[in-house]
Amino acid sequence: MIMSEEKMDHQIPNIVIIDYGAGNVFSVRNALQSFGVDAIVSDDPDVIQGADKVIFPGVGAAGKAMNQLRGKGLNEIIPRLTQPVLGICLGMQLLMEFSGEDNTECLGVIPGEVKKISGWQGLRVPHMGWNRVKYSREHPLFSGMSEHEWMYFVHSYYVSQHPFAIGVTDYHESFTSVIEMNNFIGVQFHPEKSAESGIRLIQNFIKLY
Amino acid sequence: MSNSSLAKRIIPCLDVKNGRTVKGVQFESLIDAGDPVALAAYYAAVGADELVFLDISATLENRKTLLDLVQNVAKEVHIPFTVGGGISSERDVYSLLRAGADKVSINSSAIKDPSLIERLALNFGAQCIVLAIDAMPEINGKWMVYSRGGTTKTGLGLYEWAEKAQTLGAGEILFTAMSKDGTKSGYATEALFQLHNHLQIPVIASGGAGSKEDFLEVFTKGQADAALAASLFHFGILSIPELKSYLMENKIQIRC
Repeated sequence: MIMSEEKMDHQIPNIVIIDYGAGNVFSVRNALQSFGVDAIVSDDPDVIQGADKVIFPGVGAAGKAMNQLRGKGLNEIIPRLTQPVLGICLGMQLLMEFSGEDNTECLGVIPGEVKKISGWQGLRVPHMGWNRVKYSREHPLFSGMSEHEWMYFVHSYYVSQHPFAIGVTDYHESFTSVIEMNNFIGVQFHPEKSAESGIRLIQNFIKLY
Repeated sequence: MSNSSLAKRIIPCLDVKNGRTVKGVQFESLIDAGDPVALAAYYAAVGADELVFLDISATLENRKTLLDLVQNVAKEVHIPFTVGGGISSERDVYSLLRAGADKVSINSSAIKDPSLIERLALNFGAQCIVLAIDAMPEINGKWMVYSRGGTTKTGLGLYEWAEKAQTLGAGEILFTAMSKDGTKSGYATEALFQLHNHLQIPVIASGGAGSKEDFLEVFTKGQADAALAASLFHFGILSIPELKSYLMENKIQIRC
């Protein structure tokens, strides 16, 4: 239904969603299907390495997720990927070096750490619901979007202001909600659950490079 | 104070029975209000921030129907949705999340065995565990919790139970004021404000929505993070766009 007039008409890209037990794998696949892209859901290193674009989703706790990645050998594979990779929510956090959640050593693709949101003055934790993403520079990822796009967030841990941030969101502080380093992009929110805005972002990612 | 731009959420609730949407007045006299997938897609299109599906039949035979429904909703609708009703095990939660639900809400089974909250949070993450609480004030004004669709007294106090659930790992509280449910006489704002003060996790207000002013009050006086309503939306008494522009005019942070 969403943006059906903009179905991908050129060659069908080979999109792989990394399956390591994260809950939102199918939501991500459904989001891609809404604009006519059938993604492969896989934990096979060869399939992942052979993709045009890789989506690295994530829901849940960092420690358990890293264990699952290690169990499948994906902790070695993901940092070496050279095609565009989109980390979503926990997927973004795992791209960092370290998470305060379960004191977890992460993939180390992007320097920096993930910290707990400390609730103060009535601030709710988790940060749950729709909040605005202000992108800090022009980027094709945000093509066709308004300057303050509403996206759906659910998280208790976060990346603070970062030199590689390309989008920020205000909560307890202005934190990093979109980050980019080389071929890796991470988003703290859930584009697959952010209605038209989120679908647009995923579509923009698929069109990148 | 922070300069948070987090929006208050408007959540239509779809009570489903045998794959159809129904809405009861004070948990009785069910009225058919339509096809849940079509309703869900409609609500997402007009600006609902999230959806809740409550399976009020919740029998074993109906689980398959519910899973099919969840799968169809997940395909059509790209906003978060919660599924509740009769959930009592890790296995139930696993299959609902796998079918495409973003969160599950648990109620009676958590009262029976509070460790369920802890186990579910550990396995699936606190963010997808919504604890639903049905409560009603006693003559002395103390809010008490009921289980089994509001039929059974538990002896638990509302605030104590909510705090315990937060400690065990619930990610959100869905509080239904049973005495308000279906009455359209306004949310239980005082109890909600107390809940807000007792908790750090978000609170969804439910029961009593009758007008747009009720929503304004629940977000200001009640300090609710989200407000849920059913018949008001299903029967077209109040539209979501109309409600949202009213709230914005009144300086409530709303996704537009």
